[in-house]
Amino acid sequence: MPVKLAQIASWLQAEVLSGHALLEREVLLAHAADMMSDVLAFSHPGSLLLTGLANPQVVRTAEVAGIRAVVFVRGKRPSEAVTLLAQEFDLPLMTTAYSMFDACGLLFAQGLRGWSLPEGRA
Amino acid sequence: MTPPQDQEPELLHAFTIAANDFAGAGQVSIAVKNLLKEVGFSAQCLRRVAIVAFEAEMNVVMYGGGGGLSVYLAPALVRLVVEDQGPGIPDLDLAMQEGWSTATPEMREMGFGAGMGLPNIKRNSDRLEIHTSPGRGTKLVAEIILT
Repeated sequence: MPVKLAQIASWLQAEVLSGHALLEREVLLAHAADMMSDVLAFSHPGSLLLTGLANPQVVRTAEVAGIRAVVFVRGKRPSEAVTLLAQEFDLPLMTTAYSMFDACGLLFAQGLRGWSLPEGRA
Repeated sequence: MTPPQDQEPELLHAFTIAANDFAGAGQVSIAVKNLLKEVGFSAQCLRRVAIVAFEAEMNVVMYGGGGGLSVYLAPALVRLVVEDQGPGIPDLDLAMQEGWSTATPEMREMGFGAGMGLPNIKRNSDRLEIHTSPGRGTKLVAEIILT
Protein backbone atom coordinates (compact mmCIF):
# COMPACT_ATOMS: atom_id res chain seq x y z
CA MET A 1 0.00 0.00 0.00
CA PRO A 2 1.64 3.28 -1.03
CA VAL A 3 1.73 5.74 1.88
CA LYS A 4 2.93 9.33 1.86
CA LEU A 5 5.72 10.26 4.25
CA ALA A 6 3.60 13.07 5.68
CA GLN A 7 1.06 10.43 6.69
CA ILE A 8 3.79 8.24 8.27
CA ALA A 9 5.11 11.23 10.23
CA SER A 10 1.61 11.93 11.50
CA TRP A 11 0.90 8.30 12.51
CA LEU A 12 4.22 8.09 14.39
CA GLN A 13 4.06 11.65 15.75
CA ALA A 14 7.53 11.91 14.25
CA GLU A 15 9.77 14.93 13.96
CA VAL A 16 11.13 15.39 10.44
CA LEU A 17 14.92 15.91 10.49
CA SER A 18 15.67 16.17 6.79
CA GLY A 19 13.75 16.17 3.52
CA HIS A 20 10.96 18.50 4.68
CA ALA A 21 10.15 19.22 1.04
CA LEU A 22 9.86 15.51 0.18
CA LEU A 23 6.96 14.48 2.40
CA GLU A 24 4.68 13.88 -0.56
CA ARG A 25 6.94 11.00 -1.50
CA GLU A 26 5.34 7.56 -1.11
CA VAL A 27 6.76 4.38 0.37
CA LEU A 28 5.44 1.04 -0.84
CA LEU A 29 6.35 -1.17 2.09
CA ALA A 30 8.43 -1.12 5.26
CA HIS A 31 11.51 -2.86 6.63
CA ALA A 32 12.73 -2.73 10.24
CA ALA A 33 16.32 -3.61 11.17
CA ASP A 34 19.32 -2.57 13.19
CA MET A 35 21.66 -4.67 11.08
CA MET A 36 22.51 -2.90 7.84
CA SER A 37 23.47 -6.19 6.14
CA ASP A 38 19.91 -7.32 6.82
CA VAL A 39 18.64 -4.23 4.98
CA LEU A 40 21.01 -4.92 2.08
CA ALA A 41 19.98 -8.58 1.95
CA PHE A 42 16.23 -8.42 2.39
CA SER A 43 14.74 -4.97 1.93
CA HIS A 44 13.00 -4.06 -1.28
CA PRO A 45 13.51 -0.81 -3.20
CA GLY A 46 10.89 1.79 -2.38
CA SER A 47 10.72 0.78 1.28
CA LEU A 48 10.57 2.79 4.46
CA LEU A 49 13.35 1.79 6.88
CA LEU A 50 12.74 1.80 10.63
CA THR A 51 15.92 1.50 12.66
CA GLY A 52 17.47 2.16 16.05
CA LEU A 53 20.86 2.94 14.50
CA ALA A 54 21.70 6.54 13.68
CA ASN A 55 25.15 6.49 12.06
CA PRO A 56 26.33 7.45 8.53
CA GLN A 57 26.13 3.81 7.39
CA VAL A 58 22.35 3.92 7.78
CA VAL A 59 22.18 6.72 5.22
CA ARG A 60 24.64 5.03 2.86
CA THR A 61 22.84 1.70 3.21
CA ALA A 62 19.57 3.46 2.39
CA GLU A 63 21.12 5.01 -0.71
CA VAL A 64 22.56 1.67 -1.86
CA ALA A 65 19.38 -0.33 -1.18
CA GLY A 66 16.93 2.18 -2.68
CA ILE A 67 15.26 3.01 0.66
CA ARG A 68 12.93 6.02 0.28
CA ALA A 69 12.95 7.32 3.86
CA VAL A 70 14.29 6.44 7.31
CA VAL A 71 12.52 6.56 10.68
CA PHE A 72 14.72 6.47 13.79
CA VAL A 73 12.87 4.80 16.65
CA ARG A 74 12.88 5.33 20.44
CA GLY A 75 13.86 8.97 20.05
CA LYS A 76 17.21 8.31 18.36
CA ARG A 77 18.71 11.36 16.76
CA PRO A 78 21.60 11.28 14.27
CA SER A 79 24.47 13.75 14.35
CA GLU A 80 24.34 16.82 12.11
CA ALA A 81 26.88 15.18 9.79
CA VAL A 82 24.44 12.31 9.21
CA THR A 83 21.57 14.72 8.53
CA LEU A 84 23.71 16.62 6.03
CA LEU A 85 24.65 13.36 4.31
CA ALA A 86 20.95 12.50 4.03
CA GLN A 87 20.23 15.89 2.47
CA GLU A 88 22.93 15.19 -0.10
CA PHE A 89 21.06 12.00 -1.09
CA ASP A 90 17.57 13.58 -0.88
CA LEU A 91 16.76 11.06 1.83
CA PRO A 92 14.06 12.12 4.28
CA LEU A 93 14.86 11.31 7.94
CA MET A 94 12.47 11.42 10.87
CA THR A 95 12.58 10.45 14.52
CA THR A 96 9.79 9.03 16.66
CA ALA A 97 9.63 8.44 20.40
CA TYR A 98 7.92 5.07 19.85
CA SER A 99 9.94 1.86 20.25
CA MET A 100 10.73 -0.27 17.22
CA PHE A 101 7.94 -2.70 18.07
CA ASP A 102 5.34 -0.02 18.68
CA ALA A 103 6.30 2.06 15.63
CA CYS A 104 6.06 -1.05 13.42
CA GLY A 105 2.78 -2.04 15.04
CA LEU A 106 1.24 1.37 14.49
CA LEU A 107 2.20 1.38 10.82
CA PHE A 108 1.00 -2.19 10.33
CA ALA A 109 -2.33 -1.32 11.95
CA GLN A 110 -2.71 1.45 9.38
CA GLY A 111 -2.16 -1.00 6.53
CA LEU A 112 1.54 -0.68 5.71
CA ARG A 113 3.16 -4.08 5.09
CA GLY A 114 6.60 -5.69 4.82
CA TRP A 115 8.01 -7.82 2.02
CA SER A 116 7.37 -11.16 3.73
CA LEU A 117 3.60 -10.90 3.44
CA PRO A 118 1.93 -11.47 0.08
CA GLU A 119 0.07 -8.14 0.29
CA GLY A 120 3.39 -6.35 0.91
CA ARG A 121 4.70 -7.59 -2.41
CA ALA A 122 1.52 -6.87 -4.32
CA MET B 1 32.21 -10.25 -34.42
CA THR B 2 32.99 -11.10 -30.81
CA PRO B 3 29.91 -11.44 -28.63
CA PRO B 4 29.87 -8.76 -25.93
CA GLN B 5 30.22 -11.23 -23.04
CA ASP B 6 33.62 -12.35 -24.42
CA GLN B 7 35.07 -8.85 -24.38
CA GLU B 8 37.59 -8.30 -21.61
CA PRO B 9 36.24 -5.64 -19.23
CA GLU B 10 38.13 -2.35 -19.21
CA LEU B 11 39.12 -0.44 -16.09
CA LEU B 12 36.68 2.38 -15.48
CA HIS B 13 37.97 3.65 -12.16
CA ALA B 14 40.19 2.58 -9.24
CA PHE B 15 39.27 3.75 -5.74
CA THR B 16 41.29 3.66 -2.54
CA ILE B 17 39.58 2.42 0.65
CA ALA B 18 40.96 3.90 3.88
CA ALA B 19 41.65 1.62 6.85
CA ASN B 20 39.43 1.81 9.93
CA ASP B 21 37.60 4.88 8.62
CA PHE B 22 34.30 3.84 10.16
CA ALA B 23 32.62 7.22 9.64
CA GLY B 24 33.54 7.35 5.95
CA ALA B 25 32.99 3.67 5.20
CA GLY B 26 30.62 3.23 2.30
CA GLN B 27 31.48 6.37 0.40
CA VAL B 28 33.46 4.47 -2.23
CA SER B 29 30.41 2.31 -2.98
CA ILE B 30 28.21 5.39 -3.32
CA ALA B 31 30.81 6.77 -5.77
CA VAL B 32 30.70 3.47 -7.69
CA LYS B 33 26.93 3.68 -7.89
CA ASN B 34 27.06 7.29 -9.13
CA LEU B 35 29.73 6.41 -11.67
CA LEU B 36 27.63 3.59 -13.13
CA LYS B 37 24.45 5.65 -12.98
CA GLU B 38 26.06 7.99 -15.47
CA VAL B 39 26.80 5.05 -17.77
CA GLY B 40 23.10 4.18 -17.58
CA PHE B 41 22.08 0.86 -16.02
CA SER B 42 18.77 -0.51 -14.83
CA ALA B 43 17.99 0.34 -11.20
CA GLN B 44 18.06 -3.35 -10.32
CA CYS B 45 21.58 -3.87 -11.73
CA LEU B 46 22.80 -0.71 -10.09
CA ARG B 47 21.44 -1.94 -6.76
CA ARG B 48 23.15 -5.34 -7.05
CA VAL B 49 26.51 -3.78 -7.95
CA ALA B 50 26.20 -1.24 -5.12
CA ILE B 51 25.34 -3.93 -2.55
CA VAL B 52 28.34 -6.06 -3.58
CA ALA B 53 30.59 -2.98 -3.48
CA PHE B 54 29.25 -1.82 -0.13
CA GLU B 55 29.64 -5.14 1.68
CA ALA B 56 33.12 -5.64 0.20
CA GLU B 57 34.12 -2.09 1.16
CA MET B 58 32.91 -2.62 4.72
CA ASN B 59 35.02 -5.79 4.93
CA VAL B 60 38.12 -3.93 3.75
CA VAL B 61 37.52 -1.13 6.28
CA MET B 62 36.71 -3.47 9.15
CA TYR B 63 39.12 -6.35 8.59
CA GLY B 64 41.42 -5.60 5.66
CA GLY B 65 43.30 -2.58 6.99
CA GLY B 66 42.41 -0.57 3.90
CA GLY B 67 42.83 -1.46 0.26
CA GLY B 68 41.36 -0.74 -3.13
CA LEU B 69 38.26 -1.23 -5.23
CA SER B 70 38.46 -1.21 -9.01
CA VAL B 71 35.50 -1.09 -11.36
CA TYR B 72 35.80 -2.76 -14.76
CA LEU B 73 33.19 -2.49 -17.44
CA ALA B 74 32.37 -4.59 -20.50
CA PRO B 75 29.24 -4.14 -22.60
CA ALA B 76 27.47 -6.96 -20.78
CA LEU B 77 28.98 -6.97 -17.31
CA VAL B 78 30.50 -5.06 -14.42
CA ARG B 79 33.50 -6.54 -12.64
CA LEU B 80 34.48 -5.35 -9.17
CA VAL B 81 37.97 -6.19 -7.91
CA VAL B 82 38.40 -5.51 -4.19
CA GLU B 83 41.81 -6.08 -2.62
CA ASP B 84 43.42 -5.61 0.76
CA GLN B 85 46.69 -6.52 2.44
CA GLY B 86 44.99 -7.59 5.66
CA PRO B 87 45.29 -10.81 7.64
CA GLY B 88 43.38 -12.90 5.08
CA ILE B 89 40.45 -15.23 5.79
CA PRO B 90 41.65 -18.40 7.58
CA ASP B 91 38.62 -20.54 6.67
CA LEU B 92 36.77 -19.25 3.63
CA ASP B 93 34.05 -21.94 3.70
CA LEU B 94 33.19 -20.91 7.24
CA ALA B 95 33.22 -17.21 6.32
CA MET B 96 30.78 -17.87 3.49
CA GLN B 97 28.24 -19.33 5.92
CA GLU B 98 25.48 -16.96 6.89
CA GLY B 99 25.80 -15.99 10.53
CA TRP B 100 29.51 -16.77 10.91
CA SER B 101 31.29 -13.66 12.11
CA THR B 102 34.45 -12.51 13.86
CA ALA B 103 33.19 -8.93 14.23
CA THR B 104 34.04 -6.73 17.19
CA PRO B 105 31.35 -4.90 19.20
CA GLU B 106 32.39 -1.67 17.43
CA MET B 107 31.62 -3.24 14.03
CA ARG B 108 28.27 -4.52 15.28
CA GLU B 109 27.36 -1.09 16.60
CA MET B 110 27.72 0.21 13.04
CA GLY B 111 25.15 -2.32 11.90
CA PHE B 112 27.61 -4.73 10.31
CA GLY B 113 29.33 -7.91 11.42
CA ALA B 114 26.31 -10.21 11.52
CA GLY B 115 27.98 -12.72 9.24
CA MET B 116 25.97 -11.68 6.22
CA GLY B 117 28.54 -9.72 4.22
CA LEU B 118 30.06 -12.48 2.08
CA PRO B 119 26.72 -14.31 1.64
CA ASN B 120 25.20 -10.99 0.53
CA ILE B 121 28.03 -10.50 -1.95
CA LYS B 122 27.52 -14.01 -3.33
CA ARG B 123 23.76 -13.53 -3.62
CA ASN B 124 24.15 -10.35 -5.67
CA SER B 125 26.99 -11.57 -7.92
CA ASP B 126 26.70 -13.72 -11.01
CA ARG B 127 30.29 -14.89 -10.60
CA LEU B 128 32.46 -14.63 -7.49
CA GLU B 129 36.07 -15.54 -6.83
CA ILE B 130 37.86 -14.98 -3.54
CA HIS B 131 41.61 -15.47 -3.25
CA THR B 132 42.91 -15.29 0.29
CA SER B 133 45.72 -16.66 2.38
CA PRO B 134 46.71 -15.96 5.99
CA GLY B 135 48.94 -12.91 6.28
CA ARG B 136 48.73 -12.08 2.58
CA GLY B 137 45.43 -10.32 2.25
CA THR B 138 42.29 -10.99 0.28
CA LYS B 139 41.30 -10.38 -3.33
CA LEU B 140 37.65 -10.56 -4.28
CA VAL B 141 36.50 -10.58 -7.89
CA ALA B 142 32.76 -10.23 -8.42
CA GLU B 143 30.95 -9.98 -11.73
CA ILE B 144 27.43 -8.79 -12.28
CA ILE B 145 25.84 -9.49 -15.64
CA LEU B 146 23.94 -6.50 -16.96
CA THR B 147 20.32 -7.00 -17.83
